[in-house]
Amino acid sequence: MTFAAQTPLALIAELTHRCPLHCVYCSNPMELGRRADELTTEVWSRVFREAAEAGVLQVDFTGGEPLARPDIVGLVRAARGSGLYVNLITSGLPLDETRLDELVHAGLDHIQLSFQGAQEESANEISGTRAHAQKLRVLDWLKTRRLALTLNFVIHRRNIDQLDEMLALGESSCASRIEFANVQYYGWAFANRENLLPTREQVDRSVELLKRAAERLRGKIHVEFVVPDYYAKYPKACMGGWGQKLMLVAPNGDALPCHAARIIPGLVFDNLKNRSLREIWEKSEAFQKFRGEEWMPEPCKSCDRRTRDFGGCRCQAFLLTGDAEATDPVCYLAPQRSKVDAVLAAVNGPSVEALVKPDWLYRSNPA
Amino acid sequence: MTPELNSRPCLAVGCRLNEKGQPSRILHMPERALRLAGPSLEIIERCDGQRTVQEIISELQKLYSKAEPKKVEEDILVYLARLHDQRALDFTSDSADRSDEAQ
Repeated sequence: MTFAAQTPLALIAELTHRCPLHCVYCSNPMELGRRADELTTEVWSRVFREAAEAGVLQVDFTGGEPLARPDIVGLVRAARGSGLYVNLITSGLPLDETRLDELVHAGLDHIQLSFQGAQEESANEISGTRAHAQKLRVLDWLKTRRLALTLNFVIHRRNIDQLDEMLALGESSCASRIEFANVQYYGWAFANRENLLPTREQVDRSVELLKRAAERLRGKIHVEFVVPDYYAKYPKACMGGWGQKLMLVAPNGDALPCHAARIIPGLVFDNLKNRSLREIWEKSEAFQKFRGEEWMPEPCKSCDRRTRDFGGCRCQAFLLTGDAEATDPVCYLAPQRSKVDAVLAAVNGPSVEALVKPDWLYRSNPA
Repeated sequence: MTPELNSRPCLAVGCRLNEKGQPSRILHMPERALRLAGPSLEIIERCDGQRTVQEIISELQKLYSKAEPKKVEEDILVYLARLHDQRALDFTSDSADRSDEAQ
């Protein structure tokens, strides 16, 4: 039985997996897409048209580093010309003022600039690159351009105590939004989890601090905070529900329900080179697999929250239990919650100290 | 905040209405979008940086003449304040001494 698909609202376009940064929590799969397999400008342009026709409102250009595509300005123009709201998620590294002006002129609506922290040394350690100083230059350039800006700080044990400095950096910029997004533990981040997961005390402190900041900045800067879901009572409504709102397109054109879906064994992904976006959205086996409630086990199946969190994240369920159909173990009702508690116990134990320079697994680059 | 009646709201950077003639009118904002219809669309279409809040209220009171005028005014002020909190609207004021933008 199939479950009727709603209209997709956003398209996450992973234009390339190439990136000048090597962040230890990168959300790209560990098996990175090869440059030779990347979609052409023409195919992407068709995908944008099909997306807009299917009801998609926004495209998020991401990567890797989307600016690593030499045709990025043309891609922005094509997406905007199709009627989409165009968001660029970038490290800012390959950017200069000329390129920035070209992007604005091509119709870029919004830029999301990622930061690894507010302190240069530790930020550079996390990204494995000397990137921080360039990001500060980009912030300066943006002050004289008409472009909406979100600052995105990825939060973890080693920078969660710098939130005041990050806020100050955000307030000195022209950002209308600041996101503090705790690392989500998949792929590279999962491999580095023991060195990234904050302690409960840190999380509690950060929640309080950011609540006060959000109130203080109301009407000036919107402050968004994503907690590490290991510390939550209920799971996150991952991607707004499997196959409900978002489609992610990998650099080679594979259409995925989320960033990490490749790790789930047995899922087959359709490719936009061969099928239309609407057809994939409605019929692709991968999108149907966990759409709706048919697949749910107990306690989800009879839970009042099933229409709110959709049983949580399938990839997290698989990573932590080996079963993609299990209740997300983050949920306090999940039969396998003990798996999460064991990780938290290790992080919050008496012997845990942040290592000066842990043995990071840095994200590599594709062929 | 309560919007000043003589201030002029306009869409903030990164916020825009989609083209006329689309099946539904959408207010695009960073990381979200609102589907607009009826009064909400009438209000947003008038947030052009030219009209004052008072002018928008008067126009909507004429447009929705069956509704209680006081209620129309209240609803508009609440709606504009909400969009301001969401960083979708900026207000420019003629009197520089009261303007947030003046600093």
